[in-house]
Amino acid sequence: MSARRGPRFVAQLSFTMLVCAFLIVPVVLSVLAGVSVNFFIGVKSGLTLRWVGEVWSLYRDSIFLSMKIAIACLAVTLVLGVPIAYVLARAANRWTRLFEELLVLPVAVPGLATALALILFYGEWRAFRASWTFILVGHVLFTLPFMVRSVVAVMSAIDLRTLEDAAASLGAGFLQRFFGVIIPNARAGILAGALMVVTLSIGEFNITWMLHTPLTKTIPVGLADSYASMRLEIGSAYTIVFFIMIVPLLIAMQWLSAERNPGKAAT
Amino acid sequence: MTNLASGVRLDACGKTFDDGTQALEPIDLEIAAGETVVLLGPSGCGKTTTLRIIAGLEQPDAGGRVWFGAEDVTALPIERRNVGMVFQSYALFPNMSVAGNIGYGLKVRRVEAAARSREVLRLLDMMHLSGMGERRVDQLSGGQRQRVALARALAVRPRVLLLDEPLTALDAKLRESLRIDIDRLLRTLGMTAVYVTHDQAEAMALGDRIAVMSHGRIAQIGTPQDIYYRPATEFVADFIGTMNRLPGQCHDGVLRVAGGSLPLPADGHGADHAMFRPQDGQIVAPGQGDLAGRIAAVFFLGNATRIIVELDDVQSVVVETGERRAFREGDRVGVRVDPGGIMTLRR
Repeated sequence: MSARRGPRFVAQLSFTMLVCAFLIVPVVLSVLAGVSVNFFIGVKSGLTLRWVGEVWSLYRDSIFLSMKIAIACLAVTLVLGVPIAYVLARAANRWTRLFEELLVLPVAVPGLATALALILFYGEWRAFRASWTFILVGHVLFTLPFMVRSVVAVMSAIDLRTLEDAAASLGAGFLQRFFGVIIPNARAGILAGALMVVTLSIGEFNITWMLHTPLTKTIPVGLADSYASMRLEIGSAYTIVFFIMIVPLLIAMQWLSAERNPGKAAT
Repeated sequence: MTNLASGVRLDACGKTFDDGTQALEPIDLEIAAGETVVLLGPSGCGKTTTLRIIAGLEQPDAGGRVWFGAEDVTALPIERRNVGMVFQSYALFPNMSVAGNIGYGLKVRRVEAAARSREVLRLLDMMHLSGMGERRVDQLSGGQRQRVALARALAVRPRVLLLDEPLTALDAKLRESLRIDIDRLLRTLGMTAVYVTHDQAEAMALGDRIAVMSHGRIAQIGTPQDIYYRPATEFVADFIGTMNRLPGQCHDGVLRVAGGSLPLPADGHGADHAMFRPQDGQIVAPGQGDLAGRIAAVFFLGNATRIIVELDDVQSVVVETGERRAFREGDRVGVRVDPGGIMTLRR
């Protein structure tokens, strides 16, 4: 880049800064509100962690439930998604493409509609309806396509068939090939998919809002609850807790995709 | 290294794919233990399908049988046939080091770690890859990658080594040196090998016998000399090197052709054509030699000069010579053909 920067550069930079400010200032305000003694007086009323503590005591169960659902969701999407991706990448014909499109439907259809369908279909099974696994089903439906697509993308980029032929010629049976050659070489896609699934599961609101019961509230549902019924500082403190959980995942995802495209990251 | 090489026999192995295309008509092929057979032909001729049937990656159509020595392996999947395979695209495992790749087959066979690493070191040494065991696969050049692939295939002491266009992805210089290495390996190890290629120079240099394939059939199988000097069909004659082919009428063992006449070999009396290789022709003064014509084009190739001589409006012949004299387009010349180089198609 040249040392002289024209007015064009300055204009672009200011525009970028403006957009960033537009996005970031409300976040900063919200975080400040969460640690202010009194939001209406402002930061000069003093800083406190009292509200964060309140959130912890009020919504601790939601945090643990969200983590439990996210981990379970990850386990299910790994067990289902990786083999599905393998079959899709190996066969790669008209039918597998159709299947892949079908798989993405829960992402395209509004979450409320998916949730309604689940309730209509399974609502009669009371125990299932009331348990956290009901939410898990919704999350799996929503996140599975992200896992499958991420893994298919990586598997299609390597010459899976020839690698498998080579492993087979050396005496490896199917399971040895799958766990010794296929999985390790699809690692980048599986890892990216896993982070995506956990992030989406922790942040999922639409489906969960319809599926939850007073005893199965996840973090985003609790967030809506606290905004609606608590003082503003507690809602804002809740946002901070949410950030603490989700931001590391987002950074890890960015870092992973930079790892995978070193050329892109360098520019 | 103990030699476990076994012979291979295909009995009536054809291959029809699910969409109904017949890639291979039922063929018979017998490969002796320790022999190298090259399957040679243009793309789509069925050579790779034949290799994959031997490997166990494809099943022959009903009725076809694959034998390794006295054992019928038709029903065995590839992982139980104990073959070694080398691919055009190397197919090295990116998640493993060079040593990991070479040792993979032994690991699958549960060979203990110490014995495995001894064997890997021995193979690295044999393939001129000493000290590279810990490298990542993507840190190697194309030639080195294919050496690793060879070592990996040899590590399992295969009964048959199958090579699918292993040199095609390499540049000309590397191809030459690796070809020499492969040749030396196959000889010293006494491997039974099936080598697929579309490159006739490779086929000539490596094959004990060459099977020339075309349209899912074996057009001819024989030693490189057989194939080159006694082609059985027009396809073989044209596919291997350049061949001059002149139609004519036979009178008392002499074929009258455009621009003159050619003596036919004893087994070719009565033929309606004669053929000779460009290097069996020689440019001589006009009025001398067997054929008379005019130089239509001259190409200097470095190691030889290729001259195209027009005999009449339709027929021309190609002559290649190492002589260092100047040939001019338009000159009237004679062409002398070495009588030993004249051949006819077998009938």
